[in-house]
Amino acid sequence: MAPRPYRVVGRRRETGDTWTLALEPLAGAAPEIAPGQFMMVYAFGIGEVPISVSGPPWRPGPVVHTVRAVGPVSGAICASRPGAVLGLRGPFGNCWPVADVCGCDLVVVAGGIGLAPLRPAVYHVLEHRGEYGSVTILYGSRTPSDLLYRRELERWRSRFDVAVDVTVDAADSAWHGKVGVVPKLIGGAAFDPGSAVALVVGPEIMMRFAVEGLLERGLPEERIYLSMERNMRCGIGLCGHCQLGPTLVCRDGPVYAYAELEPLLGVREL
Amino acid sequence: MRTIDTLLAGVPIFEGLPAETLELLAGCASNVRYSDGEVLFRQGDEANRFYVVRHGLVALETFVPPRGAITIETIQPGEVVGWSWLFPPHRWRFDARALGLVRATAFDGDCLRGKCDADPALGYDLMSRFAQVLIDRLEWTRLRLLDIYGEHRPR
Repeated sequence: MAPRPYRVVGRRRETGDTWTLALEPLAGAAPEIAPGQFMMVYAFGIGEVPISVSGPPWRPGPVVHTVRAVGPVSGAICASRPGAVLGLRGPFGNCWPVADVCGCDLVVVAGGIGLAPLRPAVYHVLEHRGEYGSVTILYGSRTPSDLLYRRELERWRSRFDVAVDVTVDAADSAWHGKVGVVPKLIGGAAFDPGSAVALVVGPEIMMRFAVEGLLERGLPEERIYLSMERNMRCGIGLCGHCQLGPTLVCRDGPVYAYAELEPLLGVREL
Repeated sequence: MRTIDTLLAGVPIFEGLPAETLELLAGCASNVRYSDGEVLFRQGDEANRFYVVRHGLVALETFVPPRGAITIETIQPGEVVGWSWLFPPHRWRFDARALGLVRATAFDGDCLRGKCDADPALGYDLMSRFAQVLIDRLEWTRLRLLDIYGEHRPR
C-alpha cells in the first residue's frame, strides 16, 4: 500500500519537542477518520512511523497529527514546514467507543503526548455534549512547559459542563497548579463509577497505575479502554512487529478494553 | 454551622472512625486559614502539628540552590499535610506554602500523642492510617522517579 502524498498546510509548535501538523492530500479528499485511529506517516527518503490522528474525527478537512521528535523520522516530520510533502497511509486500527457509550459518564486520563490520540474523542464528545453524563479530563505531563494543547485545556476547563484537572511531575514555585502523578487525580475526580467509561493513554506504567486507580473507584474492567503503542511497522497486520499475545495492535487495536488486555500486560516477554 | 468533628467525618484518613473518636480528635484540632503564598511551616522548624486540607492547595517545597524553591508535591482537599509530628525529632522536612487561599484543620501533635499514649488502641489505629498515607506518597514518588515521560530506548 503506497503512501499518498499530503502537503503540510499548517504547523504549530506545542512544546519544546512536539509539533502539530495539518495535512491535505495533493489529490482527492482526505479519508474519514474515527477517533483513536492512526496513520503511517512517511518522511520521504527517511522513513515511516505510526502517528495517531489528533484532529476532529469523522469529518472532511485536513488530517491533523501531533508528533514528538524522538528520532530521525519523527524529527524530519516535525521539521516539515507548510508546503512540504509527506506520505500518509491509512487510517488504520479501531477507534474509541465514544459512539457506543452515550448516556455514560466519561473519564479521559492522559499522560504526556497521550492526550493527542484522545483529543479526537474529546472533540466528538463535546460536539455531542448532551448525549453524555459528566465529562472529566485528567491530564499530566513532566513539567508545565510540556503540557500539550495548553490553550485548549484552558478552554475546556472554562466550560461549565467539563471538569479538567491537570498535574505535572515537577515544577518550580512559579507553577500554581498541582504537582504529582496523573493517577493520583483519579481518586478526587467526580464521576459515577456505576456508569462511567474511562479512556486512558500514556506511558504504559502510567496506564497501569491509572487502571488500578479506576478499578479502586469501582469501574469494571470492561469499561476501561486503553490505546496501546507497540512497534507498529506495516500498519496492515502483515509484518507481526506489533504482535501482543494473540492480537496485532495495528489490526485489533490500538484501542483495547482493559478486560481483554489484563492477562497480557502482566507477561514480561510481551 | 458544622463542628470540627462533623467535618472530620468526611476526611478519607479518618474514614470509619466512630463518632466518639472523632470528637476526641476534634479536641486537639482547630480551624486555620492561610492566604495565597503564606507559609504553613519551614524545613527544620519544630513539627508539632499536622493539617487536613479542606480547601485549596498546599505546596510542599524544598530549596535547591541554584534552582530556587522546587515544588515536590501539592496536597489537595481531603489530604493530610505532615507526619513528622509522629516521629522524633519532630522537625519538618520540607517547607509548605499555600497556593491560593487555604482552609485547613490543624491538629496539635502534643495533644494527640498524649491521647495515643493514654489509649494505645487509638495510637495503633492512627499510626496505621498515617502509614497508608506514607505508602501512597512513596508509591507516587517512585512513579515520578521513573521519569515516565522521558524518552527511554530499550537496551
